[in-house]
Amino acid sequence: MKSISRVWMVATLLVWIVLPSSSFASQDPLNSVNWEEMKDQFIGDSAYVFDERVKVIVPSVLENQAQVPVSVDARDLPNVRKIVVFADFNPIQHVLTLTPLKAKPFISFRMKVEQATPVRAAVLTADGVWHIGGIYLDATGGGCSSPAMARQKEDWSTTLGHTRGRLWPQLDGSTRVRLTVRHPMDTGLTPDNIPAFYIETLQLRSSSGVLLALVNIREPVSEDPTMTLHVKLPLSDDAVLIEGRDIGGNIYPSKIPARWKQSRAILQNSTLTP
Amino acid sequence: MSNTRQFFTRREAVSVLGCAAASLPLWPIPDAVAAPLRYKLDPKKIADGVWVLFGANEPITMKNGGAIANISILDTRDGVIVIDTGPSLRFGTALKSIVEQLTGKPIARVLITHFHPDHVFGNQAFEPKLIAAPQGVVDGLKRSGEEFATAMYQLAGDWMRGTELILPNKIIDTDHEDIGERRLRYLTLGGHTDTDLAIFDERSGILFCGDLVFLDRAPTTPHADLGIWRKSLKRLENIKSTRMVGGHGPAESGTRGITQTVDWLNTIEQTIGDACERGLTMTEAFQEPLPAWTAKIALARYEFERSVMHLYPKLEASKLPRVDQSNSP
Repeated sequence: MKSISRVWMVATLLVWIVLPSSSFASQDPLNSVNWEEMKDQFIGDSAYVFDERVKVIVPSVLENQAQVPVSVDARDLPNVRKIVVFADFNPIQHVLTLTPLKAKPFISFRMKVEQATPVRAAVLTADGVWHIGGIYLDATGGGCSSPAMARQKEDWSTTLGHTRGRLWPQLDGSTRVRLTVRHPMDTGLTPDNIPAFYIETLQLRSSSGVLLALVNIREPVSEDPTMTLHVKLPLSDDAVLIEGRDIGGNIYPSKIPARWKQSRAILQNSTLTP
Repeated sequence: MSNTRQFFTRREAVSVLGCAAASLPLWPIPDAVAAPLRYKLDPKKIADGVWVLFGANEPITMKNGGAIANISILDTRDGVIVIDTGPSLRFGTALKSIVEQLTGKPIARVLITHFHPDHVFGNQAFEPKLIAAPQGVVDGLKRSGEEFATAMYQLAGDWMRGTELILPNKIIDTDHEDIGERRLRYLTLGGHTDTDLAIFDERSGILFCGDLVFLDRAPTTPHADLGIWRKSLKRLENIKSTRMVGGHGPAESGTRGITQTVDWLNTIEQTIGDACERGLTMTEAFQEPLPAWTAKIALARYEFERSVMHLYPKLEASKLPRVDQSNSP
């Protein structure tokens, strides 16, 4: 009896290791009734595994359903190609997709939630396997169907696209980018019939034009999208160029200087002049 | 016992229940849960004819029914003054009957210190024409009352049954009012919300500060302006009172409530400002260390996290430099 059960244990382990998409791996740790549908929508038939190295961080208390801070951190995973963030019970489940070309697999942002929902990140690694992490966000209802705050102000169109941002050098040599763009991010789902109007892409390039990261954004990202990423800025480059584009075709260009690099350049120039 | 009953084993019953609603408890619900909810009000006498119902130092939960704010009762020869009405119709009704037990007199005036839901949703138990507040409080309720009601139903559940928002019918636009032998000084201030009413009872010398003052319980900031709040506290500090009753926490003589509230506001402003300056995300800022003295303050970490969510977007919208190329700053 004992040896049989040991054989089974080994076999089970083997199956689990060799086939990450086996029935053992597909047991949703958050027990969501929508998991199968989410899997079909975002992963399809590809191999996947629930993986604690994909961390989704949300507040312990939900304060404002239209502005829920979320961080997705997959820096413990090697060779990340793509991060897809989604919420099972949102009317629009897809939140954003990060393609971290020359960036760390990390993104922080704020999103709207309509009700309590799992918030998940599916992280694709170079071997073609999706690693799924997530957390259950308890909520009280109302984020996606409440009109944007900007719609209650008269002047929203005059500040549209105004962008603020700053870079911070990190100990590991990467550069932290924080930026916030004024935009109503209308979902098209509000009772006042305001059509969908949202930023759909953000491109981050280095000052010499190297594409660092691409963020595809959907309606659930909060009004005035605010993002934090870690990019790998080439040594000779001294700024990050941002290009936002909304579904109305408006382009929002901005340039965030790496002040610590620029001051060094100025210093070098000034020592050259007598 | 019928045959069907015998065939219906416990295991089957459990699985049927499990299909219907996975979260239902599988054991019989104890009577205590099914019994009607009742607030246990415990008035503490703090001066001749003055009582306070101290709120729980907790967030609003299904357990406490939102009874977290201090509610004050002042007896006069012409009737009773009530300061704030609590979180629900059920609370307001219980409050009214406590007033009757304590004084045997009718209500003469109900004062609302500010528009937050733990202070106003008991209004329904009182005559609207007796309920008074500054215009700003009424405007705030008109703006956010519905949203607050929804949130309260979600947080406190059945305690809220039947509760509807009743607006104060009388606007406070004078600096005092005489009720019976008491002269009440009205100070229309702000900072915790855009309009905060403080009340000084000349007879007892007690200063009722509303939520401008928190003591041994972390202040809340969803509608706060920290600069204006500190100015209001300066004004309160100059009033010679025998005792201060804050919106949350114990009533004491002296100004410990003011000092502690100022210290908290300075602490969160500095800590959150510093986190934003260093480029932290909001979820990282939640983890920032707080000074040792805050360990004794109820809900310090909880309210700090909430304050990060309240204050961060404003900091980002003002402290991060403009970088777009289409417009000048």
